[in-house]
Amino acid sequence: MDALDGNAIAGVLHEVFGAEMTTATGTCGTCGASSLVAQLIVYLQAPGVVVRCPACGSVLMVLVQAHNMTCVDTNGLASLS
Amino acid sequence: MARTAVRRRLTWQVATVTSLTRETDSVRTIGLQPPDWPGHRAGQHLDVRLTAEDGYTAEREYSIASAPGEPVAITVERLDDGEVSPYLTGELRAGDELELRGPVGGYFIWEPGDGGPLFLVAGGSGIVPLRAILRHRQRTGSCVPACLLYSARSWEDVIYRGELDQYHDGVEVIYTLTRSQPPGWTGHTGRVDAALLGQVAWPAAAGPLAYICGPTSFVETVAAGLVGLGYPPERVKTERFGATGGR
Repeated sequence: MDALDGNAIAGVLHEVFGAEMTTATGTCGTCGASSLVAQLIVYLQAPGVVVRCPACGSVLMVLVQAHNMTCVDTNGLASLS
Repeated sequence: MARTAVRRRLTWQVATVTSLTRETDSVRTIGLQPPDWPGHRAGQHLDVRLTAEDGYTAEREYSIASAPGEPVAITVERLDDGEVSPYLTGELRAGDELELRGPVGGYFIWEPGDGGPLFLVAGGSGIVPLRAILRHRQRTGSCVPACLLYSARSWEDVIYRGELDQYHDGVEVIYTLTRSQPPGWTGHTGRVDAALLGQVAWPAAAGPLAYICGPTSFVETVAAGLVGLGYPPERVKTERFGATGGR
């Protein structure tokens, strides 16, 4: 399965955060690298959506959708702004 | 002014299908009329949601194929093992309803003020957002020179061929056909690589702005090639799609 990028989750991120997020900057809590959300590595076909740091590969975010709810785990992010 | 616009909640809405246009054997352009559309920018996407009778839903994100100010349209390639694209390209008819939300995305966007020259690189159906950019350039009367490098499997797989043929003024379209070529083909063959990029891309000194859309491996090869030619990474915008990523 090919990794995609943050462009592929523009819709669900907009839904969750209430604003366009692909031009926001995410900072990896593991290596400190900062990247535009559009350039983060995204796996759509994991059990949920997995978002990884393009510099070190650490998991930054996991999004799981079920029963019209979206649960977002942002533990791997130092910041998102 | 996008920055001062009131924040708009992104909600699902039911659009009417206004037209279906055959682009290639496996690709259709779907004209859509959503009841509440705030307008879109060149390169943005929308999400489509299909709901089965048992409540199972499948969502896919598609690039918007039309320019800002034009009626909303998406161009969809049928993936034979797909959940959504066989319905959109084979079953859907004008007058049907389709659930969507959008527009979304703010990164893979071009506005005339962003400058150029533009170097647009498409792999397969990655042409879709780049077509919206070219149409936007045309409609706004922009004089920014543009070069489109379009990699397709065969001449029959080229999407928007008639439309792309009509560009002359300031737009150059270069094809490479990777799998088969028509008799007498004198254009490029094979995949886009550093050598081809070196031959056709604007020199870095011209201050080009690049947009690359296609399958992941294609995008990464082209982006690395352009950075190798001296393009600053922040002037190389990338958008990857895959078998489940829509488009």
